[in-house]
Amino acid sequence: MSLAFIIIAIATLFAAAAAMSLRNLVHCALSLVVALAGLAALYLALDAQFVGFAQILVYVGAVAILIVFAVLLTRSDATPNQAILAPDWFAGIVVSAVVFATLGWAALSSTGLPREMPPAPVATVKNIGDLLMTQYILPLEVIGLLLTAALIGAVIIAMKEETPKSSSSRGNEALTEKSEIGNRKSEIDQSLLTSAAMVQGKGGRS
Amino acid sequence: MFEALDQIFVTLKHQAVGFFPDAWHPFLSALISISFIPLVFATLFAFVTVFERKGIGRIQNRYGPNRVGIPLTKIRLCGFGQFIPDGIKSLTKEDIVPRAADKVVHFLAPVVLLIPVLLAYAVLPIGRNMTAADFDAGLLFFFAVGGAVELSVFMAGWSSHNKYSLLGAMRAIAQMISYEIPLILSAVTVIMIVGSLKLADIVAAQNQYSYGIAHWFVFTPWGLAGFILFFIASLAESNRTPFDLPEAESEIIAGYYTEYSGFKFALFFLGEYLGMFAVIGLGITLFLGGWTAPFSFLTWVPSYVWFFAKLMALVFVFIWIRATLPRLRMDQLMNFAWKFMLPLSLVNIVTTALWHFLGAGPLRWAVCTGLIFGAYAILGWGLMSNQKLGKRIYRFAD
Repeated sequence: MSLAFIIIAIATLFAAAAAMSLRNLVHCALSLVVALAGLAALYLALDAQFVGFAQILVYVGAVAILIVFAVLLTRSDATPNQAILAPDWFAGIVVSAVVFATLGWAALSSTGLPREMPPAPVATVKNIGDLLMTQYILPLEVIGLLLTAALIGAVIIAMKEETPKSSSSRGNEALTEKSEIGNRKSEIDQSLLTSAAMVQGKGGRS
Repeated sequence: MFEALDQIFVTLKHQAVGFFPDAWHPFLSALISISFIPLVFATLFAFVTVFERKGIGRIQNRYGPNRVGIPLTKIRLCGFGQFIPDGIKSLTKEDIVPRAADKVVHFLAPVVLLIPVLLAYAVLPIGRNMTAADFDAGLLFFFAVGGAVELSVFMAGWSSHNKYSLLGAMRAIAQMISYEIPLILSAVTVIMIVGSLKLADIVAAQNQYSYGIAHWFVFTPWGLAGFILFFIASLAESNRTPFDLPEAESEIIAGYYTEYSGFKFALFFLGEYLGMFAVIGLGITLFLGGWTAPFSFLTWVPSYVWFFAKLMALVFVFIWIRATLPRLRMDQLMNFAWKFMLPLSLVNIVTTALWHFLGAGPLRWAVCTGLIFGAYAILGWGLMSNQKLGKRIYRFAD
């Protein structure tokens, strides 16, 4: 165990504990980002560059922003004043320790796993790319298809249904005004969305 | 002689490290390479702030700063000493933190902005053998640390507890996420041709000459399209006009750093400019041949001179665009990213694959050029046909 590993591990564990126990949800999300970045640092310390950078790109760059936005857009209550930990936290720790011990014991004593460490493979970025494009092309395609379907589904859920246009004509002026509002609809939607978030954020923090 | 001049910084570093015991060498070598980055690029930042003010001033038919030179003398240096009083001013100003602000996050946001921006320079080859850390996955590293900038913007906007800050942060994040996709997809074309994520390999692939002209990727149809896409996306990533909605001063004061003052404000400013230099530097490395010379008879000029000359030329184009174009509207921004840039960059990837498999000859030039221009025309027509452009009606101004 090198010094770097110990420092990274302690920082990651502290950040993970903070992500569970802080009161303010945005603080929790930011602590979670630190924990995820710590994991990326561990991957890099193990010389797994591709996994480490992908971890940063996906989790710190994308998932963290998603979490933070979800917190911001859905939160409606003030930060809780009572203790964050559930009253029976001690029992929880005991149960998780027992489960971990059982799993670890089962894994260590199983005969199915090879006892000898295989020689470390050369996991350069080029090798990973070659394998992804040849041997593991089918899983890659399936994941791509799944993500595309999820993307389209999300867009359809978020899309507003078109309201049928009213045919009553109340003079030219009203019509132009209406069409102008229609033209700037996306802009107005955007500002409504952000202002709603603002109101919620304000209610939550004061 | 010229080769010695080209490698002068590398040899100087080796000699400096040589004074110390062997065990210290890796650490010292890394330390010197790292300390070089903030030193050079912060100086460049100071120079560019004055250059930008003067440039915009000239374009708008006024003088810009032209008084401050070397202190206590009569030498004016055309006003290029302006950054010294600017720096002193931002250092001595009061640091105001709003009472309702989240103190810790408010303090951390400018720091979190600077860390990824400075990390990004680690992989940029600014000259022959002049890369601080030449990773195998250098390009991936660059984009990975770039993603952390959005987090800092969110922290600044949220912690200030100001509606302008939060609006600015939301605009900034929406814009950065949208334009990150064409940015990365246009860089993918270069990876496809070179077959490596290592930036040194990408430069080496462009360091060849036929008929005296360099093999820069920008001289190919897919490379030109990729460079233009990359350039527009990098303009948006660095929040510059016409994509400066996050800090639109006539709408939301200063966006996500409205509530920052004193040196924290200067840090945001610094982070923004350093991010701009980094992304321009990556564009140069990917499409404009990095530190290589454009013509074979100019290869004697030191490599770092070429890199910084290209950097300054593109910075000037950024300033030129800022002084020329008005700001976009939010829906125009999003439409442009998702309905024009994204499909065009996808078409560009297909074109690059065709270019690779058609083999050398006039055929691939014709096919690839036709494909890109066709896609450009169709997408542009599609984008403009929904616009219903006409005479603007002012409802309240009359």
